[in-house]
Amino acid sequence: MRYSFISTLLKSAKKNPRIMLLTGDVGYSVFDTYSTELPAQYLNCGVAEQNMTGVAAGLAIEGKIPFIYSIIPFVTMRNFEQIRNDICYQNLPVKIVGVGSGFSYGPYAHTHHALEDIALMRSLPNMTIFSPSDPIETAFVIRASIKINGPVYIRLGKTGEPELHEKTVKLKVGAGCIIHEGKDIAIFSTGSITKTALDAAKILKRTGINCCVVSMHTLKPLDKFLILKLAKHSRAMFSLEEHSVIGGLGSTIAEILAENQMRLLFRRIGVPDRFTNKVGNQEYMRIKNQLSAKQVVTTIRKSLVEFV
Amino acid sequence: MYVRRMKSLPSIATKIRESVIRMSYVSQSAHMGGSLSCVEILTALYFSVLKVYPKNPLHPGRDRFIFSKGHDSKALYATLAERGFFKKTVLASYEKNNSLLPGHPTRQCVPGVEITSGSLGHGLSIAAGMAFTLKQDSKNARVFTLLSDGECNEGSTWEAILFAGHHRLENLTVIVDYNKLQGYGFVKNVLNLEPLLQKWTSFNWAGRVVDGHNLDALVEMLHDLPITKNMPSVIIANTTKGNGGVKRYLNSIGSQYHPPTSEDMADLHLSADWL
Repeated sequence: MRYSFISTLLKSAKKNPRIMLLTGDVGYSVFDTYSTELPAQYLNCGVAEQNMTGVAAGLAIEGKIPFIYSIIPFVTMRNFEQIRNDICYQNLPVKIVGVGSGFSYGPYAHTHHALEDIALMRSLPNMTIFSPSDPIETAFVIRASIKINGPVYIRLGKTGEPELHEKTVKLKVGAGCIIHEGKDIAIFSTGSITKTALDAAKILKRTGINCCVVSMHTLKPLDKFLILKLAKHSRAMFSLEEHSVIGGLGSTIAEILAENQMRLLFRRIGVPDRFTNKVGNQEYMRIKNQLSAKQVVTTIRKSLVEFV
Repeated sequence: MYVRRMKSLPSIATKIRESVIRMSYVSQSAHMGGSLSCVEILTALYFSVLKVYPKNPLHPGRDRFIFSKGHDSKALYATLAERGFFKKTVLASYEKNNSLLPGHPTRQCVPGVEITSGSLGHGLSIAAGMAFTLKQDSKNARVFTLLSDGECNEGSTWEAILFAGHHRLENLTVIVDYNKLQGYGFVKNVLNLEPLLQKWTSFNWAGRVVDGHNLDALVEMLHDLPITKNMPSVIIANTTKGNGGVKRYLNSIGSQYHPPTSEDMADLHLSADWL
């Protein structure tokens, strides 16, 4: 996803001199080409994320389209008040790009995990939130974010995520994308864990459960229309995210279902409300948090049995 | 230069000071002291130094003034009104319901307000971002920022100081309203800033100290910028909290919290309206 982000941004920035890339001193090797080809549109602000965010606001006031980049906790939490006051309150077109969704930086431990960022960013007025599931969605949301004349948060994984879409797929801001058809139940997923949702759907199919998988690359505004449509036609719905169960995609869907009197089984699958005591790589962390494809299938099957 | 007749500046400062006291009285709001300590600084800037266009407030060639110490908004609004950005009668609505003038300024709430401020330590980063762009795009417009001494407690302020020094933003000038009193005590007792000028200069800024209530000295210094070529400038303005206001609150923490009473207004020979 990082490479898809930077190659898309480089292409756009060559055409649009207003685009600026600011980094909080991260991006080793990833930004080499960009910074060499467009030195005037690149700025390493040092390990000073609060200042970087304020500087980006200043650049935007003077007509630039700044992208600020760092690891998610440092570019959404350390500088949260600058995002709130300087970017969102002033409604400036600053794009916040966070790398390392969920447990991407698994062994680095919870300082580097990103499990609360959606909840935080979602609570801010004027904010658009993208959480792409693969490199193709990443390229799409980067291009889309440039056209949005306001704050955008883009939640990226790290590197090596497989492509889940055909290259020709038609994506739309604010519209969930069905990547696996199924009429019995539905999983709404966001970010790189969407691959797990697809794998789970394949396992479920073998046991006779047809599962629809929706990639929610836009978390704000959320595709309320699609959620309610599938709620009407499905036996059960699940959300899957590499984020706390508090305040993320699952919470948002629950709000929509509750406020529209939808009476069906809905369950949030995500990271429980606790820090994981032992850490390891992303795969290990997902297993520790019941987020592997097999564990997701078990959770879904158990829920279906309990509900009946 | 807007006002060449220097002798008229003191009377302008007096009018702005009176507006600040009236706003404090009418709204019965806090932060009179810090508003009064920066009246001469704002007078010098808006009536002698800054290139501004009250009838075309977003003129691209204007000098940008970033009022970082947003809690002292009364001083900013009173100055902008005095300079003709909007009618002085609007000042009467300060902090009232549905007013154009919130306690902390929001960007373009009235013409002339460049940014939203209120949380300490945000303004200098924004100013640095604006100065960086203006410099990069070879524009002549300059950026001025007014900081409180309390804001120099914030880590983000020092991040911005590092940034501006590193990028040699000579089109950026900071004035620190050094009234030596912060929210709950004297600066030297809460979180000592001394040696303040040396801190800035060691971050690659050029700096000077001035009597922040001496209009002649302020004007002279603000017309002699940048202090050093290829460096941002800082002017540490020694001021007194509550200067020219209610006497019992002069240089006291009370000036931050207590608005004037009707007796105070009588003592100061001030009416409650601007007409």
